[in-house]
Amino acid sequence: MDNVELLSRIQFAFTIAFHYIYPPLSIGLGVCLVIMEGLYLKTKDKVYEELTRFWVRIFALIFGIGVATGIVMEFEFGTNWATYSRYVGDIFGSALAAEGIFAFALESAFLGILLFGWNRVSPRVHFMATVLVALGSIFSALWIVVANSWQQTPSGYRIEGTGMQARAIVTDFWAMVFNPSSIERYSHVLIGALLAGSFLVLSVSAWYILKKKYIVHAEAAFRIALWVAAVSSLAQLFTGSKSAEVVTKYQPAKLAAMEGHFEKSAPGDMYLMGWVNAKEQKTMGLKIPGGLSFLVHHDVNAPIPGLNSIKPENRPTAINFVFQTYHLMIAIGMALIALTLFALFMLYRGKLFQTRWLMGVFVFSVLLPQIGNQVGWYTAEVGRQPWVVYGLLRTSDALSQAVKAEHVLASLIMFTLIYVMLFGLFLYLLNKKIQHGPDVVSEDETSSRMNPSLSPILNE
Amino acid sequence: MDTVLGIDLPTWWFLLIGALISGYGILDGFDLGAGALHLFFRKEQSRRIALNAIGPVWDGNEVWLVIGAGSLFAAFPLVYGTILSVFYLPFMLFLVAIIFRGISIEFRSKEKMNWWHQLWDVSYCLSSTVISLLLGLILGNLIQGIPLNANHEFVGRLHDFFNPYAGLIAITVLSLFMMHGAMYLLMKTEDRLYAKLTIIANNTSKFFILCFMATSMATLIYVPHMTAIFKGHPELFILPMAALLIVLNIRRSIEKRQYRRGFVSSAVTTALLLILFAMGLYPNLVLSNIDPRGNISIYEAASSDGSLRTMLLFAFIGMPLVCTYTVFMFWTFRGKVKLEEHSY
Repeated sequence: MDNVELLSRIQFAFTIAFHYIYPPLSIGLGVCLVIMEGLYLKTKDKVYEELTRFWVRIFALIFGIGVATGIVMEFEFGTNWATYSRYVGDIFGSALAAEGIFAFALESAFLGILLFGWNRVSPRVHFMATVLVALGSIFSALWIVVANSWQQTPSGYRIEGTGMQARAIVTDFWAMVFNPSSIERYSHVLIGALLAGSFLVLSVSAWYILKKKYIVHAEAAFRIALWVAAVSSLAQLFTGSKSAEVVTKYQPAKLAAMEGHFEKSAPGDMYLMGWVNAKEQKTMGLKIPGGLSFLVHHDVNAPIPGLNSIKPENRPTAINFVFQTYHLMIAIGMALIALTLFALFMLYRGKLFQTRWLMGVFVFSVLLPQIGNQVGWYTAEVGRQPWVVYGLLRTSDALSQAVKAEHVLASLIMFTLIYVMLFGLFLYLLNKKIQHGPDVVSEDETSSRMNPSLSPILNE
Repeated sequence: MDTVLGIDLPTWWFLLIGALISGYGILDGFDLGAGALHLFFRKEQSRRIALNAIGPVWDGNEVWLVIGAGSLFAAFPLVYGTILSVFYLPFMLFLVAIIFRGISIEFRSKEKMNWWHQLWDVSYCLSSTVISLLLGLILGNLIQGIPLNANHEFVGRLHDFFNPYAGLIAITVLSLFMMHGAMYLLMKTEDRLYAKLTIIANNTSKFFILCFMATSMATLIYVPHMTAIFKGHPELFILPMAALLIVLNIRRSIEKRQYRRGFVSSAVTTALLLILFAMGLYPNLVLSNIDPRGNISIYEAASSDGSLRTMLLFAFIGMPLVCTYTVFMFWTFRGKVKLEEHSY
């Protein structure tokens, strides 16, 4: 691996991983906002309006950083991966352009009304703006995941030209859009985003409940987010197993790396946790013998093609990494199911908000879906290596020819510094907004402090 | 070759991307210009009003950049990869400025400390200025052509991009945006800030006309290939003449204090200048200044006809929607800025 490749890969991985903190939060929070504001319109209960206004402010912060770091991603395809851009432009470019026209334009335009339109438009029009922003972010994810899924399981294309002139051409647009992994991966990503957003609401609400502040608001928000989280965490089990089926069928090398399975054709085991020694081709850990075979073929003795059945140059290099990220994702998924179902049970028993240790767990639970989303993508992307487009284009062949290592090093250092600073500021401002809390004027919470920011701001 | 309404598909996309870039220049142009002028406003109150004048719309304006870049990626992938990788460092600086600009607008109002406001005001002004200058610098180099060999490989050096002509275009773009931004702010402000902006609009328009004249002369002298089309088609000379008249109309509008008309005129100027550039370019997208075989034409760079046709259908459906959102947003937030509790 030469320096330009290594640095470009680090830069892309770093900038996309950082970017991916924000869009899932926007999507999940957007759906929670639709429910909150919808309940306000239905019940006319001021608590829901105040909740909506509070969470819109947090949404704005998250959305802003998501946009700024997202534009970086779009440009990086051209700056660092010019050969890739030329190779896939016909396909990947189409999906990216469609995302801009049909999704990003929708969310960005109506974001203005969501943030600043409270006194400009009627409550119904404002609600419509909230719905459109949420829909925009959901469509946005659709096109991006479609584009990425085509890289995982290309279809509806043919290759034109050879060598450095080769490129993929769309032959069937809908076969490209609905390639074999699109639906499975999109639903998996979307539900991961719902988990990220709803757990942010759960975490902040649990913190208020522990601190005995904004109790009415916090409990209302917690209930909404808990239902979203519980349904999502169960659904994630289903979309996750569907995604695994697609990987089994279309990306055998990735599947083998995920379970550290080396033998050419032997039953595959399923690990709960473990460690892969790629050099000695050994995987140790707690396992269900034949579990992978059972999951895939419903037969514990069915052979699964291992890494040794794949040419060495086509195997993923970071096998233990893929193994670990995959198993961490599964563990988090299971923990989220247990946590949300237990909380629902306690809600049913009427003891949820009095169980302080559980509220304490929820305060920190916000990290789980975030880590789950991150490691899930690491599994998908590192497991696809050495290919950037699976089976068609190698990552090492996808680089920009005009770019030099020192330029990439300079931009990588720049992004690292800026993103570290940006993340610090984000946490600081998020914390500040949470400390500030919702602006409460409703009567049923007279104990809460009145907010000074409601005084006419022009006198400042 | 496939045609739609008698125009071949690559040409359709050449026109569409031209329209998208013009839309971006006109829309983000005024908020970039407003940002570049930001530090001229001294009072906290004025700065807040100026910021809130663009507050609800700037994100929607930036969408045009995202769609424009996405369309270039989809329709002419070879050009997308070439331009972005050749101008690697300028684009990286551009991205950094985009990030700083976005967070400056978002973060500024989140603390009450004076130094905090100052910090983000400087960052907002600086990033807006840098974005305008970089767009101009890249445009200036694309007008002149870049060193591409017959295989479209870049054989130049980075510091070649910092040449006097590109510098002139960079300053011209900045002056155009500042004038455009001043005119936009005049429509959104009242009282003392308005009075201050009348002076700023007057000065920036004079500065722009100076730059416009210098650019016209320099282009005629140093970049003859941009004006070659007029030899064969003298009737097209009407376009630069129209541009000149409209630029003079900006001055007239400012003197008569008709700022809405002035704003429309500077928007049309932006579009006309890009149209002149496009006419000098067509049917190429990137010119080589060392070997004509290095030019990248729309036909060589285009995606497949099938893809272009599908995307054209998307554009015909999607762009009216995008324009509707844009109009709806500007209509919702029409009139002078009033600071409210959720303002920046």
